[in-house]
Amino acid sequence: MGYLSSVFSVFKKETKSYFNSPMAYIILGLFMFMSSLLFYFFNLSNSLGTLVWMFQQPIFALILIMFCSILTMRIYAEERRNGTEVLLFTTPSKISSIVLGKFLAAYFVFLVMVALTLTYPLVIVIFKGAVTKQMIAGYVGLMLFGSCLIAIGMLCSALTESQIIAAIISFITMLFLFIVGSFASIFGGVVTEVLRWVSLFYRYVDQSTGILRLNTMVYFVSVTVTLLVITYLVIEKRRWSQG
Amino acid sequence: MLSVGKLNINIYRGEYNKMIEIQNMSKRYGNVNAVRDLTFTLEKGEILGFLGPNGAGKSTTMNIITGFMPPTSGSVKVCGYDVMEDPIEVKKRIGYLPEQPPLYLDMTVKDYLNYVCDLKHVKKSLRKNQLDDVMDLVKIGDVRGRLIKNLSKGYKQRVGLAQALVGSPEVLILDEPTVGLDPKQIIEIRNLIKALGRDHSIILSSHILPEVSAVCERVVIINKGKINAIDTPENLSKAMDSNARYSISVAGPKNSVMDILKALHGVINVESSSTNDSDISSFVIESVKEADIRKPMFFELAKAGYPIMELKSMDLSLEDVFLQITRNDVVLTNEAANLNKEASEENNENPAEKKEVE
Repeated sequence: MGYLSSVFSVFKKETKSYFNSPMAYIILGLFMFMSSLLFYFFNLSNSLGTLVWMFQQPIFALILIMFCSILTMRIYAEERRNGTEVLLFTTPSKISSIVLGKFLAAYFVFLVMVALTLTYPLVIVIFKGAVTKQMIAGYVGLMLFGSCLIAIGMLCSALTESQIIAAIISFITMLFLFIVGSFASIFGGVVTEVLRWVSLFYRYVDQSTGILRLNTMVYFVSVTVTLLVITYLVIEKRRWSQG
Repeated sequence: MLSVGKLNINIYRGEYNKMIEIQNMSKRYGNVNAVRDLTFTLEKGEILGFLGPNGAGKSTTMNIITGFMPPTSGSVKVCGYDVMEDPIEVKKRIGYLPEQPPLYLDMTVKDYLNYVCDLKHVKKSLRKNQLDDVMDLVKIGDVRGRLIKNLSKGYKQRVGLAQALVGSPEVLILDEPTVGLDPKQIIEIRNLIKALGRDHSIILSSHILPEVSAVCERVVIINKGKINAIDTPENLSKAMDSNARYSISVAGPKNSVMDILKALHGVINVESSSTNDSDISSFVIESVKEADIRKPMFFELAKAGYPIMELKSMDLSLEDVFLQITRNDVVLTNEAANLNKEASEENNENPAEKKEVE
């Protein structure tokens, strides 16, 4: 009956509620539809045997951003709106275990999303292509990138009572982090360096070309952990200040 | 078959008779004082009523006791554990039903209660028995497989209560548990709370007075964030009620009956109250307790030829006590406001007078 069992029970309940409502199915279905279109246009119609090119497309990142913000919008906003956060915070479970459980549940749905795209390498293999190391590195990058997006979305959800507002804030935040890398070079000097540093997509592209750098992996993991800690602090802080 | 005793799985540690000890607790939201200097205790096995008008600070106090939010100052101890220092120990011992029951609408009752068991760390081996007992107790066994969003308000409230009972906490905190229920359900829930009082110490908040006087052994009356009175319902009524009061209906003209009543020895005040029947006049009589005015009243009215249609002795109900206590507060502030107004009017009038003089 320790910390991990709290994490697990929150994870179990949250995952169930994703799949008991149409939410998860709509997200997964739409995501598959849109990414399959990309796969068709970029790979099939060009007879291209690698997925890296598709992963690199800004439009693919945009799709991820959109679905991650929808996936995470309800995590805390709904609890606050329904008054169920009182239950979470008055039972002897630690708040950090709840934050972790909720994150893992949303990340699990994201991983299902990623798992569905494994059909593309399958198609490539069927048509005499090969699964390359590049492709595997691309998938690792995708998973790390996703954990950041989910953590950003979760933090935004903890900031507001409204799911719609949570989705909009997280979409805009992710969008900013996504495009900031592309105009970073305008400024030059330190500013460029800083902007590149915060640009998730800049790292992500670097990752998906198949170069699996340790520092990039550490970057993604540490950004995720930091965001989780901030989420925890936001929730604690609100209990101290609010009603 | 169903016994409340079975729920009491946690062995009580014995040494504390004070389940909840609150000392000088205050809570501020920005510049607003939600509660100020609250001090009271909950004894073991007691049902304490927490009474106040809406916005008096009841829910705030309960949210602080349960560790949902911290107090601005003062200390709150539950079974000897400080809410700020040992929140987890405190939360283990409290079952909380907030004003809005914390229900996940898209879960079934059984899944929901299982989840609550998880959150409260109820041991797997005890879980099945305990859930059955709790569901029996609040009578929700027949809806265990249904989604909570499809339940009626009464059932939702009971599921909320079940949630508080899971884990057999020693202290129950119930925030307006009967709000929105029909009269039959209200009586059921009240009886249930009384039954729970044998094994749990309970704080029950309400703005419904009969409820508190029916269920609670002691009452804390709170108004505008401050405690106005703490006592048993009976003592509160007694303390307020220094005079005997009667309600009387007499067949006869209002003014002449009023004169007869006022002339009686010991009568302090006679107020006429409205009636539907034009031939019958009704009054509320206040008299000194020592002088029993009923006999002379009967003879005097009989002599005048006005038959008494109805005579009732009026005890000051908790409702009256409550209104007196809370109204006094309001009157005081109104007076203060009036005084201020008068003062400012005087100030305004003075220059006008001066002008006229000029």
